[in-house]
Amino acid sequence: MVMTSEQRVEASELAGKGRSPWADARRRFFRNKAALMGLVILGFVVAFALFGNSLAQWSNEELDYNVMGQIVELGGPSFESGHYFGTDDLGRDLFARTVQGTQISLAVGLVGALIACVVGTLYGAVAGYFGGRTDSIMMRLVDIFMAVPYMFVLILLLVMYGRSITILFAGVGLISWMEMARIVRGQTLTIKGREFVEAARATGVSAPVIILRHIVPNLLGVIAVYATLLVPLMILTESFISFLGLGIQEPLTSLGALISEGAGTIAYGTTWQLGFPLLFFCLTLFGLFFIGDGLRDALDPKDR
Amino acid sequence: MSLLEIDKLKVTFEGDDGPVHAVNDLSLSINRGETLGIVGESGSGKSQTAFSIMGLLAPNGRTGGSVRFDGQEILGAKPKVLNKIRAERIAMIFQDPMTSLNPYMRIADQMTEVLTLHHGLSKRAALAESVRMLDAVKIPAAKERIRLFPHEFSGGMRQRVMIAMSLLCKPDLLIADEPTTALDVTVQAQIMDLLGDLQQDFGMATILITHDLGVVAGFCERVLVMYGGRVMEQGPTEPLFAEPTHPYTRGLLAAVPRVDDEDATMKAIPGNPPNMAAPPQGCPFRPRCTYAGEDCRVMPPLAPFAAGRARACHRPIAEVTA
Amino acid sequence: MSPLLSVCDLHVRFPITRAGDMPWTKPRYLHAVNGVSFDLEPGKTLGVVGESGCGKSTLARGLIQMVPATGQVNWRGETDLLSLSPRQMKPYRSEIQMVFQDPLASLNPRMTLGQIIAEPLRTHRPDVSAKERRARVAQMMERVGLLPQMINRYPHEFSGGQCQRIGIARALIVEPKLLICDEPVSALDVSIQAQVIELLKELQRDLGLAMIFIAHDLSVVKNISDEVMVLYLGRIMEKAPKAELYDNPQHPYTQALLSAVPIPDPVAERAKKIVPMTGDMPSPMNPPSGCVFRGRCPRAQADCAEVIPEAGSDEHQVACIHPGPMREKEMTAGN
Repeated sequence: MVMTSEQRVEASELAGKGRSPWADARRRFFRNKAALMGLVILGFVVAFALFGNSLAQWSNEELDYNVMGQIVELGGPSFESGHYFGTDDLGRDLFARTVQGTQISLAVGLVGALIACVVGTLYGAVAGYFGGRTDSIMMRLVDIFMAVPYMFVLILLLVMYGRSITILFAGVGLISWMEMARIVRGQTLTIKGREFVEAARATGVSAPVIILRHIVPNLLGVIAVYATLLVPLMILTESFISFLGLGIQEPLTSLGALISEGAGTIAYGTTWQLGFPLLFFCLTLFGLFFIGDGLRDALDPKDR
Repeated sequence: MSLLEIDKLKVTFEGDDGPVHAVNDLSLSINRGETLGIVGESGSGKSQTAFSIMGLLAPNGRTGGSVRFDGQEILGAKPKVLNKIRAERIAMIFQDPMTSLNPYMRIADQMTEVLTLHHGLSKRAALAESVRMLDAVKIPAAKERIRLFPHEFSGGMRQRVMIAMSLLCKPDLLIADEPTTALDVTVQAQIMDLLGDLQQDFGMATILITHDLGVVAGFCERVLVMYGGRVMEQGPTEPLFAEPTHPYTRGLLAAVPRVDDEDATMKAIPGNPPNMAAPPQGCPFRPRCTYAGEDCRVMPPLAPFAAGRARACHRPIAEVTA
Repeated sequence: MSPLLSVCDLHVRFPITRAGDMPWTKPRYLHAVNGVSFDLEPGKTLGVVGESGCGKSTLARGLIQMVPATGQVNWRGETDLLSLSPRQMKPYRSEIQMVFQDPLASLNPRMTLGQIIAEPLRTHRPDVSAKERRARVAQMMERVGLLPQMINRYPHEFSGGQCQRIGIARALIVEPKLLICDEPVSALDVSIQAQVIELLKELQRDLGLAMIFIAHDLSVVKNISDEVMVLYLGRIMEKAPKAELYDNPQHPYTQALLSAVPIPDPVAERAKKIVPMTGDMPSPMNPPSGCVFRGRCPRAQADCAEVIPEAGSDEHQVACIHPGPMREKEMTAGN
């Protein structure tokens, strides 16, 4: 093929690494101010959860006998006593407890979202790709599961097997994948009809490889967006259960449990006991929502 | 005075990687009752030209220059003014008629709405007029079928409905943007035939935007060839097809296979269409042009060279080969 | 020479279930391809033309079991491809490759050029080492006019014509004997169409490929085919060697199609006469009795409703009981 000088220039530009659709999305994401702010907020919360303990002067289990009995007068936030966020009703350091609560809440959110992503994506992609009877049976099964009041099941599980963090993780994961499976199946149906999947089928690529190589990578955008919305949902679910008093067991705690305690004692004037956990709870949710929004815009620019 | 006069029209889009100049310095004029074809490949800016006339550009698009309709400047005019002109004087039909028909409304309601709203006709008179128009576009049993919904028509019939709707207000100018691209050849022949008849009966000026040189050859009196957002050559249809002088026009004509030719050869134009985000310097066709030289790095002006004909080329073929 | 592919009485039916049907309700059938037979010799090209909905794409997919088909598809006179299980079919898939209509949509946007082109090789020759595979991909890219240094780029960075070259490279990497091209140029610009057609012809000449070239554009098919088959509503209307079909079309439908193609020459285009066709293609759910074209045929008579015309097995097949060139008075002036 004879090339003009212009084409040669173009050719040299085309050498090397290409700009993948992901790189494009990343660029759009980092140009979005709201999303960046969300990222900063979430970064702050994560850093707080990971390194907060090294700043704390008290452990989360120690009781401060100096303030016991006089929480309202002496237990407030102060640098002198080392209780940056004050103490809880029993005289434990609220800063250390908030750090721990944030850790647990983030972990619950992440694990729930992770289970949803892996199980839900595979389930939905398989149902959508094979279609026909397989699809009908698999999706009707999801419909049946979804018709069961999950909060009731979760509470039952916690009551039957005792309150433990494993059961909580398992329970949250069990219910979170179904919505994801539905979304993924719908998306798979559209991707399945695209010509590149047909091309792979025509050339004899096997079904599992088509699902993993051609369908799932093209779903990642949707999955990422939905996952960022799932994390706060999982945190909310955990908080709700903790608020009912069925969640995490003492001395472990979560943001939901702390908020529940704080709300119980607000009548005595210890507003910090509600304020600080609530602040971190809200920051986490805000951060995640902004990131999710930014991801959606970045990955699907036509949708705006 | 010409009906529509476009002078140095520019259309720019704010893209992710900086501005994209979709149309550059486009000038044209069309008289009452005239048929003009705008031919170009994808990305040539032919559709964006039509959209800017109608004030239908995407929100990130900016325009410059001037578009005068019947002496009135309409580029950047207020929506109220534009709406009135769009409703009464300029009509447009699109490649996919479904995009401009409301799927949830009966054809009758969509057609009479225009008439009762803009012309103050009574419901009954509007319905009678609509049926008459469907008859004019040769839809059989128009009286019954006007009660149907858009999806109950085939592609060709839908395009007929679209044409009937656009003619309701007796426009002075009809802009047809790839009206037959989505249709089969036999249906295309019917629709083009119909458009030709209607153009004669109603006497409206028509701009036909298409990539198909064959369709233009049959329909238009004058042709404008666009490439990379610029006009390459323009002139009356017959001499332009008989003796194309711009290397691009010539290449394009040689690339089309002809069913009436013995061997139906297609001579390719080498290279790829320009990336409009980073267009070549000077003439956009330069990288693919076999006659290009150093002087082509400066965009040649669109200069007249024969009766009604003009071209933008430093090295037109008539001179190179002579 | 014995045919590479010999298709006999191919049928493709799709069950149509309506919303609200019970699982045991007998579905109605859409007969997309109805009794199509043809032979294809090595190195030759069969053009398949027809309007949208005529079953030309379904025919191609039926041949390689992408849609359920019945009849016989004999490969090299040895194997009936339709009798094979998916597992048995797999080796034959490397011998028959396909090029698709929409150049960009047929490439996975998340894969690089190298991965896309290598995929058939990975599937059919897993023994080839990664290094060897890369070398073959680079070689193939050069062969179809792509620069090998583009190997790590993604499809969206290329124009339509280049994407179609990628699609062709992917199809040819496993050295197939038959290439099925499903409207490979209809989505491309005119100047690029010619490039791709030239490339296909050149590759065919060099590699001795047989091709089935599907298009709705009669002029493109004329350019590349040795033999042309005209389909309407899933049936063969006319099939003949190229020169014969274009110079001496016998079926009214072929003549109508040919006369409708616009000619890029104002004098010829305005002077030409067209065969008038009324109405639309009927639904394949309930085709008309007798000849399926009779509802739109300017020459239809009473007997057309009674007999289903057979295409026969001559070199020039015409499925019509009143064939022959259109007389002047049967045509109308175009434009």
